[in-house]
Amino acid sequence: MKEINVSKIIPVVKKLCVDANYYAGEDLVEKIHEFLEKEESPTAKGILVLILKNQKIAAEEKMPMCQDTGIAVIFVELGQDVHLVGGDFYAAINEGVRQGYQEGYLRKSMVDDPIIERKNTKDNTPAIIYTDIVPGDSIKITIAPKGGGAENMSEVKMMKAADGIEGVKDFVVDRIKRSGGNPCPPVVVGVGLGGDFEQSALLAKKALLRPLNEKNPDPKWAAVEEEILERINNLGIGPQGLGGRTTALAVQILSMPCHIASMPVAVNVNCHASRHESAIIQ
Amino acid sequence: MSTEIHLHTPLKTEDLEKLNVGDKVLITGTVYTARDAAHKRLAELLDAGKKLPFDIRGSVIYYVGPAPAPPGKPIGSAGPTTSYRMDPYAPILMDAGLKGMVGKGPRGQGVIDSMVKNKAVYFAAIGGAAVVIAQAVKEAKIIAYEDLGAEAIRELKVENFPVFVANDTKGNDIYKIGVEKYRIDD
Repeated sequence: MKEINVSKIIPVVKKLCVDANYYAGEDLVEKIHEFLEKEESPTAKGILVLILKNQKIAAEEKMPMCQDTGIAVIFVELGQDVHLVGGDFYAAINEGVRQGYQEGYLRKSMVDDPIIERKNTKDNTPAIIYTDIVPGDSIKITIAPKGGGAENMSEVKMMKAADGIEGVKDFVVDRIKRSGGNPCPPVVVGVGLGGDFEQSALLAKKALLRPLNEKNPDPKWAAVEEEILERINNLGIGPQGLGGRTTALAVQILSMPCHIASMPVAVNVNCHASRHESAIIQ
Repeated sequence: MSTEIHLHTPLKTEDLEKLNVGDKVLITGTVYTARDAAHKRLAELLDAGKKLPFDIRGSVIYYVGPAPAPPGKPIGSAGPTTSYRMDPYAPILMDAGLKGMVGKGPRGQGVIDSMVKNKAVYFAAIGGAAVVIAQAVKEAKIIAYEDLGAEAIRELKVENFPVFVANDTKGNDIYKIGVEKYRIDD
């Protein structure tokens, strides 16, 4: 059993919040360049160039790439041999988010009550935290700040087995078609297949964490991803919905077993500021 | 699509009537920020026949909730938010004199009809160009609803704020025209 004081978590989470919002991942920059080469629309090309310029200035000026610095979605992989001491684990994560968003000049986008009062909590807490217990004696923390415009285009559908893989493809393509320019295309499309209602949604969100230069390890799903991506990019929506070839940069699938009567399918969309950063606490 | 047009606020109907979807426009002058919560309050004031916190005639509203200003800068990152959420409020504001809206994503038919009726224009700013846009903002001050935080109404002094005409005064919609041009049917 290894003791880790929860106070060690605060500065790590703080830095992750700031870095994820200031610095675009190399995989993302490469991917946008790749699509810029293939883009036919002059307006779309202009927008992709502007997005790349914006990423560069954000890093130089130490400002967030996008003003919507998101809801702080945090995935924790907690080693089962870790004994947490010194206070409340989740309170420490939220303190890191509070400090990161305040000291990093990030926007606070959380309201306390979802319907009636909708009063801003002023420090971007609470974070959305998912914890998996894994073998080992370290803690891996990943933050994926999620913007509202893209998150609002998510959907879960409880499909029938008879709908088959073609039904799944049609649903994902149609979800992106209906989203148009709203989620800030070019988007990254996360697809969660199987599990149950809420697990499929979580898979779709976790699918967005895969680096954009990595293929799906399962060739069966890699082929489906490629086909859906091609169909999405044939929609003509283009960057910001103003028309063009580049509507999605990638489609990423995660799947798991499900009930004999069910076929849950979830879509979670990331805007072109597809942000995530990880750190390991030993 | 390559023309670059300079517009100064307050916007004049005769200038807006010359614009076509896809035109690149650089806005200079005063722009007011407002998004979901501020729109709700503005619409309530108009419904009650009360005065708005700024002169809406010929004005431009930018749908944005900026990030906080870092030291030495007037504003933080300031890209557009998704516009359709403001659709329920936009026609009543245009009836009161609003001439320009800046945001991202398509508008509903009711808003497009109101733009034709009121000779107003919807401009698309580039979502994700938040730092580039922040550099066009020279001054920013909160003029109403400070309690709303990022959603407070700010008066921005802008120079050459880069936008595209998404809906013109003739009812054209770039979100339909642009997509049709590049769509490949299966």
